This record gives sequence, C-alpha cells and structure tokens, in this order.
Amino acid sequence: MSTLAVDLTDVSKSFGGKTVVDGLSFAVASGECFGLLGPNGAGKSTIARMVLGMVAPDTGKMTVLGEPVPARARLARARIGVVPQFDNLELGFTVRENLLVFGRYFNMRAREVEAVVPALLEFARLESRADARVSELSGGMKRRLTLARALINDPHLLVMDEPTTGLDPHARHLIWERLRLLLARGKTILLTTHFMEEAERLCDRLCVLEAGRKIAEGNPRALIDEQIGCQVIEIYGGNPDEISALTRPYVRHIEVSGETLYCYAPDPEQALMQLRGREGLRMLQRPPNLEDVFLRLTGYEMER
Amino acid sequence: MGEGYAAAMPANAYNWVAVWRRNFLAWRKVALASVIGNLADPLTNLFGLGFGLGIIVGRVDGASYVAFLAGGMVATSAMTSATFETMYATFARMHAQRTWEAILCTELTLGDIVLGELVWAATKAILAGTAIAIVAVALGYAAWASILYSIPAIAITGFVFASLAMVVVSLAPSYDYFVFYQTLVVTPMVFLCGAVFPVDQLPGAFQRLASLLPLAHSVDLIRPAMLGLPAGGIGLHIGALCMYAVLPFFLSIALLRRRLMR
Repeated sequence: MSTLAVDLTDVSKSFGGKTVVDGLSFAVASGECFGLLGPNGAGKSTIARMVLGMVAPDTGKMTVLGEPVPARARLARARIGVVPQFDNLELGFTVRENLLVFGRYFNMRAREVEAVVPALLEFARLESRADARVSELSGGMKRRLTLARALINDPHLLVMDEPTTGLDPHARHLIWERLRLLLARGKTILLTTHFMEEAERLCDRLCVLEAGRKIAEGNPRALIDEQIGCQVIEIYGGNPDEISALTRPYVRHIEVSGETLYCYAPDPEQALMQLRGREGLRMLQRPPNLEDVFLRLTGYEMER
Repeated sequence: MGEGYAAAMPANAYNWVAVWRRNFLAWRKVALASVIGNLADPLTNLFGLGFGLGIIVGRVDGASYVAFLAGGMVATSAMTSATFETMYATFARMHAQRTWEAILCTELTLGDIVLGELVWAATKAILAGTAIAIVAVALGYAAWASILYSIPAIAITGFVFASLAMVVVSLAPSYDYFVFYQTLVVTPMVFLCGAVFPVDQLPGAFQRLASLLPLAHSVDLIRPAMLGLPAGGIGLHIGALCMYAVLPFFLSIALLRRRLMR
C-alpha cells in the first residue's frame, strides 16, 4: 500500500473532439489537502469525476487509495467521502433520515449508523435540527449536512467539488474551519475550487489548471514567491499605456487586465513616486497572492 | 470498454435493497394519497366498462363480463403503475432530484440502482394489481385463493414494464418524450392483449402481434387464475415475460452508463 491517496499519470479525456483533460499527472499524498485550481471549464469537475470512477479516461493511468480506477472504483469509493458541487440531499427527508439512508448505501446497519450520527450532527453543528426536513434548512446548513453525509463511512479521502461556491462569507468560513479540523484528524482532501482565497487558506499543495492542462504546481506560498516574489501595486483610472510607460523602469513586470494595471515592484515606493500628484488615479499596494500567479501564468484574470 | 460495462453491473445480490428502502421511506410519507391515486383509475375502468358494457356484452368465455374484465384490469394496473413509477418518479430521481448522482458516489454501482428502482416499481405494481384483485374478490367476481396465484404473475408483470420503461428513461431527453411511449405502446397494448375483450376477436395479424407482446402473456396468466380456470402454456408465458424483464434490464444499464458516466 503506497502512501499516495491519488495518483494520476498522463491522463487525458476528450468529449466529442474537445479535449477536457490534457496529459495531466499529479499525486496527492495521504493526509494532505490538494487543490485543483482553475477557472470554470478548466476540467476540474471532470477530474473529480474521474477520481470517483464516473468518467473513464481515454488514456493514462489512475490509482485511488491503492485501487486501479475506474476498474475497481467501487472499492475505492468505500473509503471516499464526496461533497458534490450541487447539493443532492433528500429534500423531503429529515436530517437524520438523510444520514440513515446514505449509510445504507455503504451497507451499514441501522445500529452502526445510529452510533455515528450524534458525532456527525455535532460536527455539522446541526444537533438541534436532527428532525427538521432538509427543505427547511438554510444553504449553509445544507452544505454542512452534505459534509456530514460525506463522512458517514469514515472515509480516508474526501473529494470536494467547489465546496463553498454559492455560500455567504460567514457560512464559507464555517466550512473552512470544519475542513481544517478534518485535516487535523488526518483526512486527505482533494478539493476543486476557483476561489483563490480558499485554495490559499486550505491547500498544502495545489495544481493550477487551464484548459485541462497543468500550468503550475506546488505549495501556494512557494508558488507566489516563485512567480511574483515582490509587492504588487494595483492602479485603476487613467490611461493604462501612459501609466505603464511612466512606471516601467521602476517595476519588474506589468500586467494589464481590463482597466486595472498590476505592477510587480520590488521597490514599490520608487514606482509610486512616479505617479505622485496625478489626478483621478486610485492606487493599492498589497502583498502578492494566487490571483497574481494566475494572471502572470495565463495573462488573464480568473473570474471570481 | 467491456471492463467499464462490467463495473456498472450490479455488484452483488443485495446492494439494491438500500435503494428500495430509500424509495419505501419516501413513499411511506405520502402513502395514503399514492394508494388512492393508484386505485381510482383502474377501479373506474373496471366498473364503468364492466357494468356499462357488461349489459350489452353479456357473458364472455363463460364468465360475467365484469369477472372477465377483472383479470385484464389487474394486469393493466400492474403495467401502468410500474410504467408510470419508472417514467416519472425514477426519471426525476435520476435527473432533477440528483438522487442517483449522490448514490453513485457510494459503494453502489449503476446496476444496483437500476435493480433497486425496478424492484421498487414492481412492488408498487403488486400493490396496485393486488388491490384491484381484492376488490373483485370482495364483490364476488373471483375466489380469495385466486389472489395468491395471481401475485407472482402481477410481480413479474410489474418488473417487465418497469424494465421496459427504464429503457425509455435512459433514452428520453425530458419528460415530454414519455407521452409517445404511453400513447404508442402502452395504451394500444391494453386493446391488443385481451385486457378488455378476448384476443380471438381481433383479425389474425393482430392476434399474432399480440402473442409477442408482454401484456398478453400477463393477461393469459392472471385471468385464468382469477376465474379459477386451468391455464395453458404457463411455461411459455413465464419464459416470454422473463425475457422481457431481463433483456431491457441489461440494455438500460448499458444505455444509462453511456448517458450518466461520461
């Protein structure tokens, strides 16, 4: 038994002549949080479905929890918990019934499910809602129940497809906090997201995808240092050409996206000095983040 | 590719029970409304046609027309109940409700889900068919023991039509397409297969066509049981129904795999 939870080697997949995943290789070690980061249509969900054995790759080799996938995906899924992109809870059932019914899909006896339900409800902070119908729950509560449901079989690996998309900031932070708790308990997480902040906060390592290809891989901080490695000045308003001409000698690199100019400046004071006194400019100096990495690598911004 | 199809087949002989129990729990919450809804239509047909036409028709094959019609209505209600459960409720669970999507992330395979849904639809067919039989018996048109002989035939009828409807489900882009199956296949079968009048009233070509249709075999098993008459060719009828149960079952798994697992 290897210590790799997920291992993809040169995996490709196309639908109707369109390549969705293109020669992708990556490995997720046991106990880490690995992120697949990319804009919509980059192939993230297809990769998540391939890991679960629901899409067969055209070429390449995949192993999940030591099982070849998709051939023996069913055995791998016995030790996987899944949080899908869209909630697929049983709306007409109560919170408790949802867990009970789902436990049966793992051949758990009623007694076994009942034994784990209190801990799952506590984890999802739904103790007081155990007998409420799911249709009465808020969006954040539903997501937490989906997360609790994914844990019913005490999985080793969690596969999460955009786990916080559509949630308000408060609900999102609560999910992030729960996920960190799971990582502290030794679970492995494979996460897809287009939220840079989510990736930066949770992931030990991540793989940046564009059109089904890997364009960067590594620890988020290391990627930021390696690709950017200096302060960033965002400038809005004014004529981008004129401003880049003025600041160019004092910065390492300039990216223009829409009406915003991004200046990567090892010495931001110098660059800002050139623009002093100009009317109508709004400037923001900040540390670099994954958004900058993505912009640097692709030349365009990822939609938020 | 063959390996992929093998992985989609039922994984074992018991996984489907979890799907059946899920549907049973959902049904229990609306059981009363569902039973009334399932019974009203065939009972209306039975008494409306039975008493209304019965006056004109008189006796058929030595039985009163209502007694003759009862066996046909039991088979028909098993057929429609399994067909509708599969086309509407199962399609919703596969499509809009995303129930299957959730189950596919567990230890169950697509084949386990399909088998659970088919057994569930057959269960509803048993409820619907048996209820009509009970009413017929209570009114003196059949003997109590006849229900016992009919139930296995009702069950297999339910499975057959659930299985056929599953093929329709696996191909239909939306609900709108079910009406074609209903009006072009299900309804004509009622008139071709001897449910409301004996098949030998039909022209020869239609009689030969009827002998190929599954409902004809169901009627030929259920009606003699309810009238207390000896049934001929039981082996042939059961064999034909088993074929109609098993072939569409595997075909629908293959079609659904192509639809869902890509």
